[in-house]
Amino acid sequence: MHVLPYLVAAYVFLTGCYGLATSRNLIHAVGCLAVCQSATYVLLLAVGYRDGATAPVFSDIRPGSRPVVDPVVQALTLTDVVVGATVTALLLALVLQVAKRHGTVDPDALRELRG
Amino acid sequence: MHHLLPLLVAVPLLGAALLVATGRRLPRVFAEITGFVVAGGTAALALLLLLNSTPPMVEWVGGWLPVGGESVGILVVGDGPALGMATLASLLTVAALAYSWRYFDQPPTGHTGTFTALMLVFQGAMCGFAIAGDLFNAFVFFELMSVVAYALTGYRIDEAKAVQGALTFGVVNSLGAYALLMGIALLYARTGELAMTKIGRGLDATAHGGPDALVLASFVLVLTGLLVKAAAVPFHFWLPDAHAVAPTPVCMLLSGVMVELGAYGVWRVYGTVFAGPGGIPAADLTRALVTLGALTAATGAVMCWYQRHIKRLLAYSTVAHTGLFLVGLGILSPEGDDGTAVYIIGHAGVKAALFACAGALLDRFGSVDEHALHGRARQLRATAVMFAVGSLGLAGLPPFGTALGKAVAEEAVGGPLTVVYVAASAITAGAVLRLTARVFLGLGPRPQDAEYETSGSDEEPETSGLLSRIPDTMTTVPAVLLAAALAVGAVPGFGDLVGRSVNEAGSGGAHASVHWTAHGVLLGVASTVLAVALAALAVTRPRWVAAPAWAAPLRRLQSGHVGDYVAWLLVGVTVLGALALPGVLGS
Repeated sequence: MHVLPYLVAAYVFLTGCYGLATSRNLIHAVGCLAVCQSATYVLLLAVGYRDGATAPVFSDIRPGSRPVVDPVVQALTLTDVVVGATVTALLLALVLQVAKRHGTVDPDALRELRG
Repeated sequence: MHHLLPLLVAVPLLGAALLVATGRRLPRVFAEITGFVVAGGTAALALLLLLNSTPPMVEWVGGWLPVGGESVGILVVGDGPALGMATLASLLTVAALAYSWRYFDQPPTGHTGTFTALMLVFQGAMCGFAIAGDLFNAFVFFELMSVVAYALTGYRIDEAKAVQGALTFGVVNSLGAYALLMGIALLYARTGELAMTKIGRGLDATAHGGPDALVLASFVLVLTGLLVKAAAVPFHFWLPDAHAVAPTPVCMLLSGVMVELGAYGVWRVYGTVFAGPGGIPAADLTRALVTLGALTAATGAVMCWYQRHIKRLLAYSTVAHTGLFLVGLGILSPEGDDGTAVYIIGHAGVKAALFACAGALLDRFGSVDEHALHGRARQLRATAVMFAVGSLGLAGLPPFGTALGKAVAEEAVGGPLTVVYVAASAITAGAVLRLTARVFLGLGPRPQDAEYETSGSDEEPETSGLLSRIPDTMTTVPAVLLAAALAVGAVPGFGDLVGRSVNEAGSGGAHASVHWTAHGVLLGVASTVLAVALAALAVTRPRWVAAPAWAAPLRRLQSGHVGDYVAWLLVGVTVLGALALPGVLGS
């Protein structure tokens, strides 16, 4: 069993979280969130991996002639990418508005909501 | 009948697409009527399906039926709780659309129907999450619901607070969703299945004497996602920031049903995925949910008491109540499930009505600040009465639905946890009564400003300019919602009906009856009396119930800083893991 991809997924996720927690710039924070999401791609693809297998595309190989990796997780990853693009776009749009209304993108300088 | 299930998602999405496509050419009235018809039609469909949900329906979308027990199709399940939540979400959407009739007078860039379209997508996503039978689609609808909620929260993009609250909401909830997805990926890695029931069976089949580290990790990750949505401590920080700034009709949906969908998700996922011998032992789930739930109820109640921003105060009351829901679900008894289900229905009516009344204040005075509005709203008699009635509903005065649900749950949890129920509902209701007395009657001296708090002054009204009088829709909708919350408890047999359909779907068919008991009525009256006493003290002797020194650090935790909230989320993951660990070590 290959443990490395799972460790990489955990590492990428925690790196993103660290970046989010210590971020001094909201654009950077949205980027960190995308890093966290990349961890889910790594994990999903690692789950579907098989030794010596090829892509699950049967246009040039005969079904059953050789092992293929799990297509389900690839479909999930693709859906996940779409979800991620939507979230990132929306959050960046909100950051743009924060910059316009507050005049800063430093989360330390946003002092409106507290207590 | 089961073929109609996917329509609960498809109809609102198609309605939204229609509005987006034709929005530029539509007169505003037509766009709103379209939204109303689509949302109302979906609500009627959900109700129709709910009435036919015995036995539970299952539908493989697009006819992708399992072949030889294996399937990659999309599974939707229509049992009592799923369709009940879909119906609740749909009815509240209709109420919110009715409330916002001619509400945002200037839609952005001349595109009418934007707000209505977003509300319809929100409705479709909530219905989809409720009826999802496989985990990955539950995640997709969870994300769709979240993304639309961020957009709706930041709908008034010219508002500095609104965009900040929406951004915090977005970052924290998306991070929770990614944790959920990682948990789903681990479960798929173990079992090769995505349908919830099949994952549960797969875990039991592959368990060698009990859960291992992978099951624990997936449990913690999945629960993190759902508890972020349910705003359990310490995942709750996004909720007050988002609810304080979201437009009022959106608050009605966020507080009334979206947060509760997180608790529903916990119930659904534990019951179908982790409840078997290969999952997480019941004692561990109870420890985790009851600990976090009680902590959530306490934190929500204390923070609710010290708010002066009325919408923020109501948001903290939602935090306190979801804590109570988690405790009720966490004890894993049929009575606890039934009580919580009735409580959620009653709470949705009461909380949505209170937010609707707060919106009336905002649009009449341009402020939702308890101190600034002191005695200024004397002429809004209808709104004042509804605020007072709503706070009694929040306290759990019989025969409100909240009181019936709370009474049944209190009896199920028993012992010291009953105190948590009584105290949390009394303190949150006391805070609402206090602001009613100050704002609408002008009782007591004007309170002092604190150093570290969010004031509700200088808010932009959500209508074009301040209203000179409150429109009928903004008084009728909360009145209907309060009447509905009252009917949930007062109509004989309704509670039992809810209990029956919940027990049919979960708790292995054991049926508990839901009815009024002398004990429950007494506890309901006791928390109401306590709430009135607290409010009276706060108004007449403000010093006695002013913020003590120990509450100040708790307030400072709510720093409005997104990095802090992410750090707390990681703390929460660790705590959740530690609470669920003993069962794995013991097996």
